[in-house]
Amino acid sequence: MLSIENLHANAGEKPILKGLNLQINPGEVHAIMGPNGAGKSTLSHVLSGKDGYTVTEGKVTFCGKDLLDMAPEIRAREGIFLAFQYPVEIPGVSNIYFLKAALNAMRKHRGLDEVDAMDFLTLVKDKVKLLKMDEKFLYRAINEGFSGGEKKRNEILQAMILEPKLCILDETDSGLDIDALKIVAEGINAMRSAERSFLMITHYQRLLDYVKPDFVHVLADGKIVKTGGPELAKELEESGYSFLEQQVA
Amino acid sequence: MMSETASLALIEDYPQAKANLPGYGVDWCRTFRDQAFSQFSASGFPSPREEEWRYTNVSAIEKKRFHWATAEKPIDTAWLQSLFLDDCWTVVLIDGVFSSDYSRLSGLPDGVVVASVAETLQSNPDALKDYLGQAVSDKEHNFIAFNSAWFRDGVFIRVEAGVCLEQPIQIVHVTTQAETLSCTRQIIALQEAAIAEIIETYAGQECAYLTTSVNEVFLADKAQLGASKVQQEAEQAWHFGGWYVKQSTQAQFTHHHFAFGGLLTRTDIHCDLETAAECELNGLFLGLKRQHQDSHTRIVHQKPDAISREQYKGVLNQRARGVFQGRVIVAQDAQRTDSQMNNQNLLLSEHAEIDTKPQLEIYADDVKCAHGVTVGQLDENSVFYCQSRGLDEESARNMLTFAFANQMVKKIERKALHDQVLSLLLQRFPQQGVDSSWL
Repeated sequence: MLSIENLHANAGEKPILKGLNLQINPGEVHAIMGPNGAGKSTLSHVLSGKDGYTVTEGKVTFCGKDLLDMAPEIRAREGIFLAFQYPVEIPGVSNIYFLKAALNAMRKHRGLDEVDAMDFLTLVKDKVKLLKMDEKFLYRAINEGFSGGEKKRNEILQAMILEPKLCILDETDSGLDIDALKIVAEGINAMRSAERSFLMITHYQRLLDYVKPDFVHVLADGKIVKTGGPELAKELEESGYSFLEQQVA
Repeated sequence: MMSETASLALIEDYPQAKANLPGYGVDWCRTFRDQAFSQFSASGFPSPREEEWRYTNVSAIEKKRFHWATAEKPIDTAWLQSLFLDDCWTVVLIDGVFSSDYSRLSGLPDGVVVASVAETLQSNPDALKDYLGQAVSDKEHNFIAFNSAWFRDGVFIRVEAGVCLEQPIQIVHVTTQAETLSCTRQIIALQEAAIAEIIETYAGQECAYLTTSVNEVFLADKAQLGASKVQQEAEQAWHFGGWYVKQSTQAQFTHHHFAFGGLLTRTDIHCDLETAAECELNGLFLGLKRQHQDSHTRIVHQKPDAISREQYKGVLNQRARGVFQGRVIVAQDAQRTDSQMNNQNLLLSEHAEIDTKPQLEIYADDVKCAHGVTVGQLDENSVFYCQSRGLDEESARNMLTFAFANQMVKKIERKALHDQVLSLLLQRFPQQGVDSSWL
């Protein structure tokens, strides 16, 4: 589904990704862990098309298409969803308005009619319940005055409505207390399917206790330096990233 | 021979016109008018040389001629009524003259007067004697003096002590004929602990005209007035309107100002706060084409413990120009003043312009005052967030611009008014990305 080959990218002038390779097949859950500054967030931004990064080498294909050629909104419509580390607050537009606008943009891209108002409400309310959110959230401005946990749940709600093929979760566990983490994890697990893949970018192993990955990768200095199963996350939790220095040495 | 400028023409006509002006037969009112006339005739309309008019040049008015609407023109009733809000008492001024035919004032409770100023100056002039010219001086600027000399009618509202009006009073100012001078004076007095809400609507049929209105407001101790101004004047109109508010101890005043229409417009809002009085001023001005929208506010904390909150937003596109001047003055005696002022502006075109000038003058030492101004474009992170959810960049920008403006509309608590202003805002956002059916 997603194939990253020898990806080099700069943030501004500074090289951050230095030859990253990653293959994600349908239905797989991948976790990328690594120390601060390894390039985790840069990877999520480059994949979702944020301004300010230049790809200097390598290629990324998504479902057979050249991803790097697409505008951010086309990537989204093709099925990539980025759950933000710091979701943006947009006062003045209600959550439900935004959800509907986003869903209709996706549907239009897929040649479908606009969603029926009643169907949409039923769908949204179902998901809201699943995420143990208050329905009132739907009518509040996007993320405005939301707590950290509420913002992250809202990201998952958007993902559930937009039904992406690949869901990139950028430090979704940061800033969550244990109850919020469990709810978010339940939401992610509810979305798992044989067709949908996940790329979880995280600093800690915490989230992986609740969302079990198929693969764990260690990202350091812009490259994946180690790949393993869930047990690798446990190892990292115990021994930290100090082995990286030994390797480099 | 035709005079060279609008002001000279008006000055020339005044000796014939004045005898018919309301109150001219009453000694104190004649003196008031004559003084105003002599001040106006000395220097005419304000010039950009005056500091308070630096950014708003009104000289284009001088090329026009304005006069009282003369002929009775049948009014487009459907259009007029489309401006009315439900569940309000409605006062209608057509071309600056109180219309009892269209006003709907039945069922006003005891202790409430809503009347024509012209009529009151005839039947009971002394009711206005303590108010006229007492909340604002002609010295303020020459549109005030002009209004004092020329006003032809207006609305007088008085609410007795302790009376709470259940419904708002909507004052609908409409201008229907080209070159009309609509010049009105409103006197609004709430006695102790009275509560009322007033909504002003300004609209005109497509033509060039001049509106000047002055509202003098007197809030006695603990009185509460909620006020809104919806300025949707015709595209070629000039509009100069002001609210001058005297707030006694613990009186509360809230104002929402929406400047959407007109060619060149200015609204002045002045609040004088006594002990523990509170005022909240919210505003949104939109400029398109060559529109010029000026908002001047002045909040004077005269006495201790008063609170003021002010938030104004501007959205300027094409060659539009916005002016915001927010002045907060804290007198020496006004300890423990709590004041916040904020003005945010979006410039959507390289030819659009904003002149914003927040001013704090503090003469007391124990105060909490904050002010902030921003001028800029949309937040790029927000644009990307919307794109990452599938919206194209243009729709994202339109939606975010709309959202920026809509924040001020959302502050309106009264639903009928909120919906009306929202629909006016939506007319300004016909673009992709703003779907009215879902708001």
